[in-house]
Amino acid sequence: MSTKVVMEALSPTMEEGRLVEWKKQEGDAVSVGDVLAEVETDKAVMELVARAGGTLLKQVVQAGTTVPVSELVAVIGEPGEQVEAPAAPGGDGAPTPAKKPAPKAERKAEQGTQPTPDENRPTSMPPAPARGPAAEGNGQAALPQKPAPAPADRSGGRVRASPLARRMAAERGIDIAAVEGSGPEGRVVARDVEAARAPAAAAAPRAATVRASDGAPYEDVPLSQIRKTIARRLAQSIGPIPTFYLTTEVDMERAWDAREALLAAGGEKVSFNDIILKAVAMALRQHPECNAWWQDDHIRYWNEVHLSMAVAIEEGLITPVIRHTDLKSLREIAAEARDLAERARERKLAPEEYTGGTFSVSNLGMLDIHEFTAVINPPEAGILAVGRMAEQPVAHGGAVTIRRRMRLTMSCDHRVIDGATGARLLQTLKGMLENPLAMVY
Amino acid sequence: MAVVTYRDALNQALREEMQRDPDVFLMGEEVGVYQGAYKVSRGLLDEFGPLRVVDTPITELGFAGVGVGAAMVGLRPVIEFMTWNFALLAIDQLVNSAAKMRYMSGGQVGVPAVFRGPGGAALQLAAQHSQAFESYYAHVPGLKVVMPATPADAKGLLKSAIRSDDPIVFIEGEMLYNTKGEIPEGEHVVPLGRADVKRSGGDVTIVCHSKTVSIALKAAEELADEGVEAEVVDLRTIRPLDAETVLSSVARTHRCVVAEEGWPFAGVGAQVVDTIQREIFDDLDAPVLRVTGADVPMPYNKHLERAAKVDSAKIVSAANQVLYRGRDA
Repeated sequence: MSTKVVMEALSPTMEEGRLVEWKKQEGDAVSVGDVLAEVETDKAVMELVARAGGTLLKQVVQAGTTVPVSELVAVIGEPGEQVEAPAAPGGDGAPTPAKKPAPKAERKAEQGTQPTPDENRPTSMPPAPARGPAAEGNGQAALPQKPAPAPADRSGGRVRASPLARRMAAERGIDIAAVEGSGPEGRVVARDVEAARAPAAAAAPRAATVRASDGAPYEDVPLSQIRKTIARRLAQSIGPIPTFYLTTEVDMERAWDAREALLAAGGEKVSFNDIILKAVAMALRQHPECNAWWQDDHIRYWNEVHLSMAVAIEEGLITPVIRHTDLKSLREIAAEARDLAERARERKLAPEEYTGGTFSVSNLGMLDIHEFTAVINPPEAGILAVGRMAEQPVAHGGAVTIRRRMRLTMSCDHRVIDGATGARLLQTLKGMLENPLAMVY
Repeated sequence: MAVVTYRDALNQALREEMQRDPDVFLMGEEVGVYQGAYKVSRGLLDEFGPLRVVDTPITELGFAGVGVGAAMVGLRPVIEFMTWNFALLAIDQLVNSAAKMRYMSGGQVGVPAVFRGPGGAALQLAAQHSQAFESYYAHVPGLKVVMPATPADAKGLLKSAIRSDDPIVFIEGEMLYNTKGEIPEGEHVVPLGRADVKRSGGDVTIVCHSKTVSIALKAAEELADEGVEAEVVDLRTIRPLDAETVLSSVARTHRCVVAEEGWPFAGVGAQVVDTIQREIFDDLDAPVLRVTGADVPMPYNKHLERAAKVDSAKIVSAANQVLYRGRDA
């Protein structure tokens, strides 16, 4: 009995993958978990792993071929076993019944990569379609298990819900996608929202050790009328994300001294960017109103700080996330930032390593940029653009002196953050950088 | 309060308005000597004489035109069509003359005329005589379309129509003439453009008019037996449409069924649904459903005719659908 190997959805948004290199050749023995091939997704180079053991009987596609998700790429079976002529990828009678993961399923998968408690909520999904019995068997599968095999997609990725149900869910801060619909074709109707519990009640504390005060990693706050109006009017004015920018200049002399002292003490090499990351995280803790996601019908205020860090790579940029940045030491941040940046440049990041950030930091100082405005990484509500640190003549203590100065520009999603709100965050941040002890105060 | 028939309620309105205002006169086929094909004008010839109760030849376009002309020079004609099926011959006078005169004369000349008669299907009168044309006239700016469902509304609305300075299309129900209801004593006038909640309920709104009001009330009874409280909103005036009453009801019930005798395509209900979805989209828990006559010429065959007409079972079924109830959900 041979087992078909298909292109798997290796990232939340992957629709096709380029088979970069075969790691197993035809005739090679294969065990469950062995890397069969390297696959380049839209985000990174990932590994396609064997879900069944035996012998690699056939490589259906050549290295370098781009294959849609769910299409056949190889066959595993007993040595000498006859391989039925597989149809060409995309051809008629594609040998697996697998559907493309529907957008809905992708979204679920994406949520699964984020530190959210969503798995504790009542699921909106109808029962999964019956799978072959072998598929339950820990990878000794007749069919390779596909990640998130779209259980009866509800409506091409969109949640079916009556307008009233949507309005009620928004007013109560209930995620409509998490409500089981009882109407035709799973439409969520008013009575379903009535029956659904609010997420705050449903969300079990996921990381109680991380934050003792309040278990929930975030709080969903329904939009007030004024927030709705602000969101609508500003989006009309300047685009889907009504952004405004706040710039401040920071005196970096004391941060400089602190870093020099740390370097002299040896150990992990701490960069200014690491110091800024730590300071931003600590400042966000004081200003949680800036540590939030715009969610269209509500705002998600995070109780955890996960900083996205923009890293330039050959093909563009990617934003690996330092989880719980506020709870980590400067040394830990430095080590993790370096590791993430290196692996980002090698395109070796796993999807969960570059999703789920709550706020971003982008630094072009090393490229001699004085100041700039960064583009918000939705659904995050803010991003900090860090300019270069340079010696400037400034008035200080009644005289013009030369001091190390640095400009910070924060881009704010006005639907979430108002001018004064963002300004207070920057003020706190500036205070921390100018007096680094304030970070640990 | 006196209990009278719909027919006699109309007769009262005509008589009272003709007594009140000497400019009011009635004209049409068989309205005088024969006292009306449906006996709405019983006794009026005797009381007011042949100058004010005028029998006409079978010439719908002609006497409708006479009515428009009389109105333009200051009289207040009430033009009776034996049925609105026959008024198709006169529609040019209504649409091109009556509806547009005030506009095209720069406001100098109005047409305070009432065109009235029965509309909708009766029993086995076949395709040409079983039609509901309210959507035709409601389509035209310049016309008001009034359709009473009860004797009290028939009287009160006809009096308002006669007093109106604009041309009125007043469509009665052929099957309603014999229905009885209470009418308030003394002067009873019902303003145009106001819908009426005929039954209150919080679960689903049934919007209806004319003959479908009694069908909707029957459906509401059946739904009540199943524990569903339907609110029945009688439009009474098709144009101007009382959107406020409809919207405030649906905003409370979140579910709506719109019933009408006429054909579905571009019907009155389509306009009602448009208004609802546009104004209170976020209050809807289900698509608004329409119950209409079948989209066919009315069959003569008794069983087919019954199948083509709106009945309470169809309204109950639609209500259950918007409520996501039972087998219809």
